[in-house]
Amino acid sequence: MLYIVDRRKNPTGKSLGNRQRFMRRAKAQIKKAVESTIRSRGITDISGGDQITIPGKTLKEPGFHHMGRGGNRNYVLPGNKKFVQGDRIARPQGGDSGAGGSQASPDGEGEDEFQFTLTRDEFLDIFFEDLELPDLLKKSLKQTTAFRTTRAGFSVEGTPSNLSLVRTMRNSLARRIGLRRPKSAEVRELEEKISALQAKAEKRPNGKLTKADDETLHTLLADLEEAKRRMKAIPFIDPIDTRFNQFQQIPDPNTQAVMFCLMDVSGSMSEQMKELAKRFFMLLHLFLHRKYEHVEVVFIRHTSRAAEVDEETFFYSRETGGTIVSTALEEMKKVLKDRYPTDQWNIYAAQASDGDNYSNDGAKCTALLAEDLLPKCQYYAYIEITDEREAEIFAAAEGETALWKAYAPLAATHPQFALKRVTKAADIFPVFRELFAKNRAEATR
Amino acid sequence: MSSKTKAADKLLFTSADWDFDTLKATYDAIEDIAINELKLDVYPNQVEVITSEQMLDAYSSIGMPLMYHHWSFGKRFVRDDVMYRKGYQGLAYEIVINSNPCISYVMEENTIVMQALVIAHAAFGHNHFFKNNYLFKQWTDADGILDYLQFAKSYIAKCEDRYGFDAVERILDAAHALMDQGVNRYSRPEKPNLAAELKRERERAKYEDETYNDLWRTLPQSDPGDQDVDELKRKMRVEERRAQFGLPEENLLYFLEKNAPTLQAWEREILRIVRNIGQYFYPQKQTKMMNEGCACYVHYAIMNSLYDKGLISEGAMMEFIDYHSRVVFQAEYDDQRYSGFNPYALGFAMMQDIHRICVDPTEEDHKWFPDIAGNNAPVETLKEAWAHYRDESFILQFLSPKLMRDMRMFMIDDQSTSPHLEVAAIHDDNGYRKVRRSLARMHDISVREPDMQVVDVDIRGNRQLYIQHTEHEGIRLEKSEAEMTLGYIGQLWGYGVTLQAVDYESGEILHETNYTPEDLAN
Repeated sequence: MLYIVDRRKNPTGKSLGNRQRFMRRAKAQIKKAVESTIRSRGITDISGGDQITIPGKTLKEPGFHHMGRGGNRNYVLPGNKKFVQGDRIARPQGGDSGAGGSQASPDGEGEDEFQFTLTRDEFLDIFFEDLELPDLLKKSLKQTTAFRTTRAGFSVEGTPSNLSLVRTMRNSLARRIGLRRPKSAEVRELEEKISALQAKAEKRPNGKLTKADDETLHTLLADLEEAKRRMKAIPFIDPIDTRFNQFQQIPDPNTQAVMFCLMDVSGSMSEQMKELAKRFFMLLHLFLHRKYEHVEVVFIRHTSRAAEVDEETFFYSRETGGTIVSTALEEMKKVLKDRYPTDQWNIYAAQASDGDNYSNDGAKCTALLAEDLLPKCQYYAYIEITDEREAEIFAAAEGETALWKAYAPLAATHPQFALKRVTKAADIFPVFRELFAKNRAEATR
Repeated sequence: MSSKTKAADKLLFTSADWDFDTLKATYDAIEDIAINELKLDVYPNQVEVITSEQMLDAYSSIGMPLMYHHWSFGKRFVRDDVMYRKGYQGLAYEIVINSNPCISYVMEENTIVMQALVIAHAAFGHNHFFKNNYLFKQWTDADGILDYLQFAKSYIAKCEDRYGFDAVERILDAAHALMDQGVNRYSRPEKPNLAAELKRERERAKYEDETYNDLWRTLPQSDPGDQDVDELKRKMRVEERRAQFGLPEENLLYFLEKNAPTLQAWEREILRIVRNIGQYFYPQKQTKMMNEGCACYVHYAIMNSLYDKGLISEGAMMEFIDYHSRVVFQAEYDDQRYSGFNPYALGFAMMQDIHRICVDPTEEDHKWFPDIAGNNAPVETLKEAWAHYRDESFILQFLSPKLMRDMRMFMIDDQSTSPHLEVAAIHDDNGYRKVRRSLARMHDISVREPDMQVVDVDIRGNRQLYIQHTEHEGIRLEKSEAEMTLGYIGQLWGYGVTLQAVDYESGEILHETNYTPEDLAN
């Protein structure tokens, strides 16, 4: 007796529940591993989940087992080459390959690390747990998908404003023909004939028609009556004729975003400060990548002049010169205008600086941001990186740098603008979380 | 030429791909051989075709088609997933479930030759073994297992809904740690049966309300005479207590399920589920080598028979031999690939050897196996063995000197006091019996797994639970694991637990590990 069952069509992912429970269990370790992965990669390369190695301790499934060695034991091995009874063998060092046979489980000691692959989604979800982009009012909070209305055929129900005249009239006509509803022209013709005959009768001396005409008149009157009855019984437009245009909301994915990285690379920015900035940019990129299918990154660095550069140059080459922030903003404005029309791109910007600026430039920056850039941006983050020692020294003075002073008022008026201070690597993540905290939207409203 | 075409007509298949018609035809041909030539006694077969992804799913939930959810299965899944995707590890070609009907999973990627091999191996070899071996007959209920797993799965899901993931996970973690100590080894358990289980589960709740257990008294009784009680009286009380709790009890899970003072009814039920599943797998652990040997012997006989009848081509036969020889490969002890005896290799070699002894015995075989040598009934002899032995007793009975020589087995004596290992015996006249006994012991679960027992409960005092590990030959427990496991016991028990290591020979307590509830909280 045989039953063959084809199970291939059965829903897969039966282990999903187990996998989720596993992730829950190892959450703390997985998060740690994810964070360290992020630190070691370039901005745009943090796209995938890849391999995660976590310590196996919390994943240990203990039990009562014998130790692999110690005590008195004997065991049998296959493949004797040269031994005879009574031979002595030096104890194998380290490994217990000699005791393999008598040992119950191989996963006692060796399983200190546990390696597995996170899917990209899992990876990112873990990273961005309880994080939400701040202000997507324009494109709805949850999804960045816009909708487009398209025609989707006809339906028998709808609002009068969507009535399809052509379809409705066509149906009506067909029905009228089918049911032989008299046309109004035909009725008119009958009436004309009748009135002609009646006029004829009036002209006659006795006021009566000839017998033949009288008969005709009677038939005509009967016909007219019948025609009118039919016209009444068969409506010109019946509810069954009506057709309405139907429309559908098609998601029109606006799934591309561009991220502007602006950084001051003048001499006052140390390598360490740039490293901090890099981490911030990285996080922003990752976050955007989660939201958008396609993310482009534009790197603009500036001293007293600004230029768009590649990532390598952006982070690692040095420039000397003063600091005029507005040049970078001008450059961004130009790039935006040339390549990234707002209706096709979601625009994000992150600016990192030590807060230095040419003293007369502040007003210009503010104006550029307020008038040109901020209205186009979904989000504009300014992080001010201060040296740890300096931060302490200037803590009392609130570290009011030139740029901070200029930018601070903008934050009040523009919800999509945020500014934060960062002093050391450990600050990056909390600052980032704060910037993007879920409740920020509410808080600023 | 004509004979060649005629031969080709008889072939069950000519290409590597399979479809349901060829699968059915192949099955019928195999069934014919298995039933009419080998006269195997099998459950009805259900062959299920699955994808590799589904195979991975099945893998992670210990090979069962239905299983409750637990993170440890997810851990296995993510690990196997990596191994498989990176190509470090292939998937099993088949999984077979001891149920009635007997369910074999075959992968869609397999070639038709592989499907034939898998059907012969699992649907007839393992199937026959499941149905006829005394351990399976005695301990498992093939008719009820799927129903029971269904019950277990939905029960645990219900508990998760009602009491939360964490609470259920805690109990399952603890129960899994004790799974090996959750089997009855000697007494015959009732077979799990769905209707009875459901009824029992309801009754348990009722029983809880109605019964009173001295253990659950909230105020410890003071016993003013305690100091004066003489040794004899004290001993009598211990005996009384032991009788009351049925001590010593080697089934730790059973003991905790019945007696742990603080467990909820649903927690006891979960312990019971884990215990029942552990019990279901217990025969498989004891017969791994024989079971695989039986299946390999059967598939080897069937594939050869198919070939002899001209039902499969030479190419198919070559493909089969390739798979087969990889499955029954035994690495030697000094090989990098060596990781103990391969149960497939040893099992198959032993079955083939018994076959040889029955059909073509030597002088030596007559001396060693007077009952079966030359009886010319190899399949009957093997079927007898499959029915009435487990790995340990099977080796003790049937491992022949020839096979020991062929596999060049030698025995190592490892005394902790000696700086050297000693070769205690090799494959020669002096050594055969020693080697055989040692190999048999290696396959004895009761030797491989530690001897753990609940020995006492301090019901008058602080409800301390005493668990004893009997140390044989000074082989101790893996310390860190034992401590963690003890923690789990304490969590289930709710009060302090003491683990005593007792020497088997002298009976003296070697060392003690104590756990107080405060420790357990951390």
